[in-house]
Amino acid sequence: MKQYKHSVSLDIEKCKGCTNCLKRCPTEAIRIRDGHAVINSDVCIDCGECIRRCPYQAKKATFDHFEDIDAKKYRIALPAPSFYGQFVDLDDVDYVLQGLLDIGFNDVFEVARAAEIVTEYTRRYMREENVSYPVINSACPVVVRLITLRFPYLCDHVIPMMPPIELAGKMAREEALQKHPELKPEDIAIVFISPCPAKASYVKNGFLGEKSHVDYVVSMSDIYFKLIGVMKKNVIPKAVSQSGMIGMSWASTGGEASALFNDKYLAADGIENVIRVLDEIETGHFPMLQFVELNACPGGCVGGVATVENPYIARVRLQALRRYLPVSQNRLEKDDNEGYPEEILFPKDLEYRPVGKFDEDLSTAMQKMSEIETLAASLPALDCGSCGAPTCRAFAEDVVLGGRSVDECIVYMRERISELGKNPEQETDQSSGEDQP
Amino acid sequence: MAEALRFHYDVDGDNFTSAGAASVEVKRKLRQLGFDAETIRRVSIAMYEGEINMVVHARGGSADVYVDKNSITIILADSGPGIPDIDLAMQEGYSTAPDNIRALGFGAGMGLPNMKRYTDEMKIDTVLGKGTTVTMKVYFTTGKSTSSAE
Repeated sequence: MKQYKHSVSLDIEKCKGCTNCLKRCPTEAIRIRDGHAVINSDVCIDCGECIRRCPYQAKKATFDHFEDIDAKKYRIALPAPSFYGQFVDLDDVDYVLQGLLDIGFNDVFEVARAAEIVTEYTRRYMREENVSYPVINSACPVVVRLITLRFPYLCDHVIPMMPPIELAGKMAREEALQKHPELKPEDIAIVFISPCPAKASYVKNGFLGEKSHVDYVVSMSDIYFKLIGVMKKNVIPKAVSQSGMIGMSWASTGGEASALFNDKYLAADGIENVIRVLDEIETGHFPMLQFVELNACPGGCVGGVATVENPYIARVRLQALRRYLPVSQNRLEKDDNEGYPEEILFPKDLEYRPVGKFDEDLSTAMQKMSEIETLAASLPALDCGSCGAPTCRAFAEDVVLGGRSVDECIVYMRERISELGKNPEQETDQSSGEDQP
Repeated sequence: MAEALRFHYDVDGDNFTSAGAASVEVKRKLRQLGFDAETIRRVSIAMYEGEINMVVHARGGSADVYVDKNSITIILADSGPGIPDIDLAMQEGYSTAPDNIRALGFGAGMGLPNMKRYTDEMKIDTVLGKGTTVTMKVYFTTGKSTSSAE
């Protein structure tokens, strides 16, 4: 299997080896080894929860930097709709778009535009026959990766359609080539302004194995601080926003789903809530649902770790910004009401890639499970994390499967030492026998 | 071959929000054991429905799951009121769930029918006023554990 590329990294100097991230990782991907956190990249879903939890800023999201993008290229900024919610006293998105041009982008293509088109295509998809309900959104790359790792039965519920970031990248390049026939496709740099590291990973790993239409992913907070220096209220912006209410609404939870005009939907956010909902859907618990919108970050994309503003404040700002906008400014040209181009569909089916299987052979796996169960039952169940595993159960797995020593459990060691105190002779005999052959 | 694995869960009848927790836990374990998606789904749905039934009708009970070399056995035992007419209870759409439970989206009368549909064998032992034990079996073919592409 090809190694999945991630966008969360660790500053070893700053990491104290505490248990904050360890305990909060939703996939138990973190262990503390040699005094600092280590991420198991097979299991990590780039949700950013560890970045959110680290009190020492040791966990970092890795992004491209605007300065590193070749200035000779025709650089197109792709602001995510959540970006607009970051600014104090902003009353018109045009100021943001103008600011992006002023800091050196050659052009801007709003992801909200692509979102409105994805909305229209989703409505069409939902009307088709033989759709596996509930349809799950494909916009959050964390959710899509989580499903491929843990929810085999839900893989074909994910809408097999480009997320707005991808469609925006494709449309932006096509539009630029039309406007500037002298450009070659490779002269163009498509730069997504991202609220989260998961989108950076998404671009690095490609759209289901195919190269993404987006070339670079920069952090929202990085661009924010560049922009506030150049945004001037007294200069009328030349750039004109083309997003409507629907496109802007994608920034927070429920926006994507409510735009479908189908009230049999559920929208959940926060990675732990998402996992709970997926578990219940897989069990067939919500037969009435037709659409499920899931976002790993609290509040939706406005809650991403690369944003600047509190997600709930950003959401309020977006509500104000979109108030006098048309419902949508990006309608599909064809009014035949059906179908969608092949090119916006997934290039291949989502594939279940299970992780954490104990063994290829069932009886070996059962043997290991049995050892783990026995060991886990003998551990203190404090889930203290001192051994470097998030729970006693995970530690038992590490001992049986990963060759860790049970002595790393401090509670277990304390008991052994106190027993040693009670029966010093017996222990001394044993240990001298072991140590000196 | 190791002897059968046994997982035991107490299903808490006083805490409706935790109903379904044991089936999620079993799902995780079956995934670790390398079972294919379909087997995992059948076991977890059957177990989920049974768990909900025990919480709704019998104030909880116990769930035991046994994994051996060719089958998974789920035994759900409660000390509830018992089932007066099993044939009637097996009919799709027949439910005795109270209104407050229906308000939560349960009580569609699909619990027992789904348990039968998703398992290969199902046996109900019930004594009125004493309780009910439901035993379900799902067979699988050894060696044909996860068939994912690597």
